[in-house]
Amino acid sequence: MFYKPERISIYFARIFDEMVKIGIGSLPIVAIISLFIGAVTTVQTAYQLTSGLIAKSVIGTIVSDSSMLELAPTITCLVLAGKVGSHIASEIGTMRVSEQIDALDVMGINGAGYLAMPKIIAGIIMIPLLNIIAITLSIYGGYMAGEWSGIVSHDQFISGARSTFKGYTLFFSMIKSFTFAFIITSVSSFHGFYTKGGALEVGEASTKAVVYSAVLILFFDYLLAELLLK
Amino acid sequence: MIELKHINKSFDDKQVLFDLSATFHSGKNNIIIGASGGGKSVMMKCMVVLEKPDSGEILFDGRDIVSLEHQEMRDVRREIGMLFQGTALFDSLTVEQNVEFPLKMFSKMSPAERKERVNFCLARVNLDEVNGKFPSEISGGMKKRVGIARAIALDIKYLFCDEPNSGLDPITSRVIDELLNEITHEFQITNIINSHDMKTVFDIGDHIIFIYNGQKWWEGNKEELKTGQKEVKELDEFIKASYFE
Repeated sequence: MFYKPERISIYFARIFDEMVKIGIGSLPIVAIISLFIGAVTTVQTAYQLTSGLIAKSVIGTIVSDSSMLELAPTITCLVLAGKVGSHIASEIGTMRVSEQIDALDVMGINGAGYLAMPKIIAGIIMIPLLNIIAITLSIYGGYMAGEWSGIVSHDQFISGARSTFKGYTLFFSMIKSFTFAFIITSVSSFHGFYTKGGALEVGEASTKAVVYSAVLILFFDYLLAELLLK
Repeated sequence: MIELKHINKSFDDKQVLFDLSATFHSGKNNIIIGASGGGKSVMMKCMVVLEKPDSGEILFDGRDIVSLEHQEMRDVRREIGMLFQGTALFDSLTVEQNVEFPLKMFSKMSPAERKERVNFCLARVNLDEVNGKFPSEISGGMKKRVGIARAIALDIKYLFCDEPNSGLDPITSRVIDELLNEITHEFQITNIINSHDMKTVFDIGDHIIFIYNGQKWWEGNKEELKTGQKEVKELDEFIKASYFE
């Protein structure tokens, strides 16, 4: 995978194409999920706050912190493991079983470098950007749910969200999304690239890519929390 | 010219090619015949180094490609074209982009020169008005022709065709055979064809090699096939079975 590319300009074009596919293609699902996660977090936090001694602004704090720390990077990346991961594995897997990767090899083009590398680079650029959008929309979803249902006022939510904001939390969130992006794209490319057989095996590779990516995301979620939040 | 010298190839404990030696001549249609599972495809994969032989030499005009370094091998690969059994056209690219692909990757042609070369290659395989179509939108015979056009887009010296007629009707098969024959002689390519089709052998075969159980059992031209049939029982059985098919 790390041989010098044949034509750098073609690889840049491929990276750009993949960025559009992964980033723009995933935007609607990421937006929907983030908005609803934020909204649900607001409603459920309010449900658990039975004591009148706790300020309503805590809801804003919890929604913003949990969006940054866990909900946006982890839930978004788990969903992307399904959407992007299965797409990558099935695309490369189909190319493998239909001899398209052999055709690249015969031409002297490094199949792994040509197919996997642009996807990995595009993923580690676009998924952290999607994470920022997810955080924003999750907090916005929480805010809107609080406003519409009258659970928490505009001022209470905003002051709560601002009161405990730390730049490090956002940095941690970005580190997580960067790591998860690498896991999703590399694991899925690997499973696609080493597919053997036919259509059935492409399906299996796709399923494996999603399952392995999801498990690795959860494992690294814990590992990063242990390493960076203690 | 391509020479194979004492090639052995195993997968795990199963040996597939046994001390195989053969010569494939320039400007000729060299046809490898033999039953399925006999080692033809593995032999071809070894020749294009999709599989590495366990031992032996594969000489492309004197260059042993088995022992070449990565960059040297890349240079040799620019001289190789391959027509795959399933055509292996890139699904996401149009016909035109498929043919242009090797030019974009390896040539220093300008976009206009590339376009001209693509149109020449597509015209050479008698295809027009399909430039903008995707492989899924054209027929099997057309896909094969696009595969040939892509294979000859660069100035290749060696063409490998794995079952070029598989999945085609008899008329289209003859069209493909004739096209391969013309291209081989016109560009003086060393053409190596894996085939089950005895009609292909008799129509365009210049040099024929019969592989059986991973070994070369017979080699000669089509005029010598009759003698070969008398001498080699397995070849006789294969030819008769092919006619029955």
